[in-house]
Amino acid sequence: MNAAILANQVPDPLQKEFILTVERLTVSFDGFKAVNDLSLYVDEHEIRVIIGPNGAGKTTVLDLICGRTKATEGTIKFRDKELTTMREHEIVHAGVGRKFQNPSIYEELTVFENLELSFPRGRSVFGALAFRRDAEVRDKIEEIASLVFLKDSLQTEAAILSHGQKQWLEIGMLLIQSPELLMLDEPVAGMSVAERLKTAELLNNIIHNQSVIVIEHDMKFVEDIAHRVTVMHQGKILSEGSMDHVKHDPKVVEVYLGH
Amino acid sequence: MTKRFGPFAGREWIALLILGLLLFVVFPTTLDVFRLNLVGKYLTYAFVAMGLVLCWGYGGILSLGQGVFFGLGGYCMAMFLKLEASTPEATKIQSTPGIPDFMDWNQVTALPWWWEPFHSLPLTLILVIAVPVFFAFVIGLAMFKRRVGGVYFAIITQAIAAILTILIIGQQGYTGGVNGITDLRTLLGWDIRTDDAKFVLYFVNGGLLIACLLIGQGIRISKFGRLMIAIRDKEDRVRFSGYDVANFKIFIFCMAAAFSAIGGAMFALQVGFMSPSFVGIVPSIEMVIFCAVGGRLSLFGAIYGALLVNAAKTTFSESFPELWLFAMGGLFIAVVMAFPNGLAGVLHKHIEPRIYRLFGGLRGSGTTGAVSSPHAAE
Ligand SMILES: Nc1ncnc2c1ncn2[C@@H]1O[C@H](COP(=O)(O)OP(=O)(O)OP(=O)(O)O)[C@@H](O)[C@H]1O
Ligand SMILES: [Mg+2]
Repeated sequence: MNAAILANQVPDPLQKEFILTVERLTVSFDGFKAVNDLSLYVDEHEIRVIIGPNGAGKTTVLDLICGRTKATEGTIKFRDKELTTMREHEIVHAGVGRKFQNPSIYEELTVFENLELSFPRGRSVFGALAFRRDAEVRDKIEEIASLVFLKDSLQTEAAILSHGQKQWLEIGMLLIQSPELLMLDEPVAGMSVAERLKTAELLNNIIHNQSVIVIEHDMKFVEDIAHRVTVMHQGKILSEGSMDHVKHDPKVVEVYLGH
Repeated sequence: MTKRFGPFAGREWIALLILGLLLFVVFPTTLDVFRLNLVGKYLTYAFVAMGLVLCWGYGGILSLGQGVFFGLGGYCMAMFLKLEASTPEATKIQSTPGIPDFMDWNQVTALPWWWEPFHSLPLTLILVIAVPVFFAFVIGLAMFKRRVGGVYFAIITQAIAAILTILIIGQQGYTGGVNGITDLRTLLGWDIRTDDAKFVLYFVNGGLLIACLLIGQGIRISKFGRLMIAIRDKEDRVRFSGYDVANFKIFIFCMAAAFSAIGGAMFALQVGFMSPSFVGIVPSIEMVIFCAVGGRLSLFGAIYGALLVNAAKTTFSESFPELWLFAMGGLFIAVVMAFPNGLAGVLHKHIEPRIYRLFGGLRGSGTTGAVSSPHAAE
């Protein structure tokens, strides 16, 4: 790895704590290293965007952080918790929320019910049996629904929402859990230009409370939201920094933006 | 969303009323005790079918081994009844009096230790539920924590049903072998073979059935019920919303086992014997068919499915016994292909709208029920 990038990444001990510290992360699928010796540091209240060509390993990084895939090597620290040894639901309880690349919602349930199931209460078997839909739950659901532009669709069956609305619903399902780290895999894929703008606005609005990692291909959207951009290529970090910095990095131009 | 009054939506109250009338008024007043006892026997399978509605219909967990739990519940009950029928006086012609006759025939000379708890009725009643639930818990823990599901789970439950059958048949001296535990007579001195007893047991059975229906409905309308639908649809999304999915599957599988076990115990009481032919692969698959025909998303449907298929089986297999299995297989395929939500689905989708149209506008806004529309994947 390039020395300049390393210098850029190594944490300064005097600096405030990172919310997420990923170091030397590697995962190998039958010898193929989808993520290879990757280190990543995310600040509190930062919106980080990961870009990179198809198959670069972006989704796999999120899979590793949220525990869906087990790392072959390396560490993932969320504040002072080591995530690589935790189970998926424990990672969620620790405060990490994740949106999937394809909108992943419960099609047979209503928007209200989708949000209700994501409300962080009654997550054990008996807790779920005893769960009551009280005022606190209703208020929170309405609050989140208006945040993700679905206030008028609460009783709509999720299956008949538009693609963009499904993306918003899944984002809402994460927000209602109030995670401290929000990971969004291609949140604006399939959205109209107007919807993309609204989504960018939404992300910029919620950022007062949490850190966000976004994977996205849409450059306009990335420019709208990114504090810093990480470019991945073949499982490694190619470049990192501001959008401007990254855009003019010759290596990036060559493999990603270049023609 | 479904408008409910208490635990049921409007149309479900009607369904409950009709079911109650049928079970507690129509059948007992129109059928003779022999036929009523037969209906009671069919209804013991309805317990299993309702359990399958919860775990298969809602949870997406297809178990082809529910006979195991039906059998374990039934055997626990039968063991108690058998011990009561095997007093030293009643068995004094045996070489070892006081033990069940089949043990004596197999040169067993002392009651095995694991039969001892079945001298006590309270203990037996606990074990009727506890043994199958424990079994289900262990299977569920081993399978669901390792994320075994779908076809693999179905095959494994099938294998367990086969193994248990072989075990029961092989251990003749302790289990009664292929004949099962027969010649059951009294429950705390009360002769269960009389017409009066059969009449009473029919009502006990019906009461328990309604109790299980209410429990099932309670689960269905709770957040747990909606979670089961969510897990069936997008398991990963549920997991990454902070739920330990395996625990939910284990619970619902144990619940289904408990229902089956109650059915099995009531079978032993009403029919007067228990045998491995209710444990194995074929009966287990039949139980899934009862559920599928009735509608795997409808607790009410499960009851009617069990009643109708069994009534058909009795009628049909009297005249063409060797054809029955083929007819059953054909029925299953037909239902799955044409009516994935069974009779309840047909009723909900095709018949009810006509009735409502007939009575013009009687249908309130959004009264969906047993197969409430968002859950009916038709
Ligand atoms: N479970 C797995 N087993 C084997 N290979 C995998 C697995 N998951 C991902 N891969 C491989 O790892 C590589 C990286 O995949 P990943 O989905 O992370 O890419 P991505 O950067 O998200 O791409 P895209 O932009 O297309 O979403 C791909 O070549 C993929 O085929
Ligand atoms: Mg991806």
